[in-house]
Amino acid sequence: MSANLSVRGLKAYYGQTRALHGLDLDLKEGGITALLGANGAGKTTVLRAICGMIRSEGEILLDGKPIGGLAVEDVVRLRVAHVPEGRGTFVRLTVEENLFLGAMIRTDRAEIQSDVERVYAHFPRLKERRHQQAGTLSGGEQQMLAVGRALMLRPRIMLLDEPSFGLAPLLVAEVFEILKAVNKADRVSVLLVEQNAALALALADHAYLIETGRIVMSGSTAEIGADESIRRAYLGY
Amino acid sequence: MELFLHQLLAGIATGGIYACMALAVVMIYQSIDHFNFAQGEMAMFSTYIAWQLMAWGCPYWIAFILTIVISFIGGVVIERGLFKPIRNAPVLSHIIVFIAMFSILNSVAGFTWEYTIKSFPSPFPSQPLFNNRLIGAHDLGMIAITLILLVLLYVLFRHTRLGLAMRAAAANPDSARLVGIRVGWMVALGWGLAAAIGAVAGMMIAPVVFLEPNMMLGILLYGLAGAVVGGLTSPVGAVLGGFAVGIVENLAGTFVPVVGKELKLTIALVLIVAVLMVKPSGLFGRAAVSRV
Repeated sequence: MSANLSVRGLKAYYGQTRALHGLDLDLKEGGITALLGANGAGKTTVLRAICGMIRSEGEILLDGKPIGGLAVEDVVRLRVAHVPEGRGTFVRLTVEENLFLGAMIRTDRAEIQSDVERVYAHFPRLKERRHQQAGTLSGGEQQMLAVGRALMLRPRIMLLDEPSFGLAPLLVAEVFEILKAVNKADRVSVLLVEQNAALALALADHAYLIETGRIVMSGSTAEIGADESIRRAYLGY
Repeated sequence: MELFLHQLLAGIATGGIYACMALAVVMIYQSIDHFNFAQGEMAMFSTYIAWQLMAWGCPYWIAFILTIVISFIGGVVIERGLFKPIRNAPVLSHIIVFIAMFSILNSVAGFTWEYTIKSFPSPFPSQPLFNNRLIGAHDLGMIAITLILLVLLYVLFRHTRLGLAMRAAAANPDSARLVGIRVGWMVALGWGLAAAIGAVAGMMIAPVVFLEPNMMLGILLYGLAGAVVGGLTSPVGAVLGGFAVGIVENLAGTFVPVVGKELKLTIALVLIVAVLMVKPSGLFGRAAVSRV
């Protein structure tokens, strides 16, 4: 199920403004890679560029095949799931409808049904609220729903934009547990964008540091976490 | 009492047509956030197509189905050709294009089929069904067709994956793209459906108001009143609003002495203003809320 993603010389634009200035990044097959950096460094932009939400130049290879320039809908069809900033909940639809939407491109109906049950097994809270409007869920529950919706795609790659944002620490731990489990069980490659560096380094096996649209450091999370000067300068703890 | 029941049923019958127009308007409004002024003219044009097909010898129900299909395709083509290119244009550009479409459809219909009033056949018998004295066969047929249409649409939107995708695309286009929904095509499909619903409304009301290029103007106003009363963001509300307008229009026209035939349309407009003053988002609509 998993795939590798490699990005070379990625430049991305918001209108005329360039937000990424030639960025290289590799996502190991079946691994969890963290992308760390301060506010405005370009973390979210990297995810948006990869899945075709904004204009970009450079090479984006999924299993060696170029996907740069594809429309979002077509990138999704290659089983790249993106849990966006702000979670992207369909607030007026029910929890269960939100989940079914995650599997919109799939045609294997029976499997979709069993995947919904699987998501409920991961997140029993969602099952309790399956018929509620998704907009009535708490922030944490909506984050679970966003992750669940992404899982419904049976993704080969998951792009996660700050899954810890706005969650109570206990919930964060819960969500990260599940991400770890999914990564292990389905061998989904994960690209995790986080401001909470300590958390991300604990989960990921590889990390990149990004600063104003450029990668300034990369390495295994053990290396990066151990280097005190990096921690002070970039991670702030 | 019999007069009351009679007027109530007649109100429900025309209300069904308003409900259809209201629904057509709301469907497009939900996907592009603009009110399609030309919805009525599209329906009028569809009705002329049905008339033409029958003039060429098509049996009623074949012409009925063909007209729905042609209208659906026409709606999709209008969206792809006209509105997709301007989807990011300001509101006023949309309004100008709507008005242009209104005027073009109106004059092309007048040019092709002339402005003289034509009669349009009803598929239902001219004698009341079951010898009842309350409701004519055409009114009853109108109610039945409207209800069938509403049930079909309900099933489409609530119980099919396509309907779910259309609702998702209208509610949250960015997220919809992220799950792989082709949002542009969902919008086009919405246009197609709206045009098809309008076609049904046009063909059903034409035997009552007669066929001529301006036949839908009043109907669209009533439909709009229904949509606004119910709430432009709520399809169910729009349908109920359409029925409500039909009933109020008929009862007021009969029982309020000053209203009469001349002021019936005014009633609809007064209703719009009154509802907007008390509840700006309509009876069933959601207030526009945005996170800041």
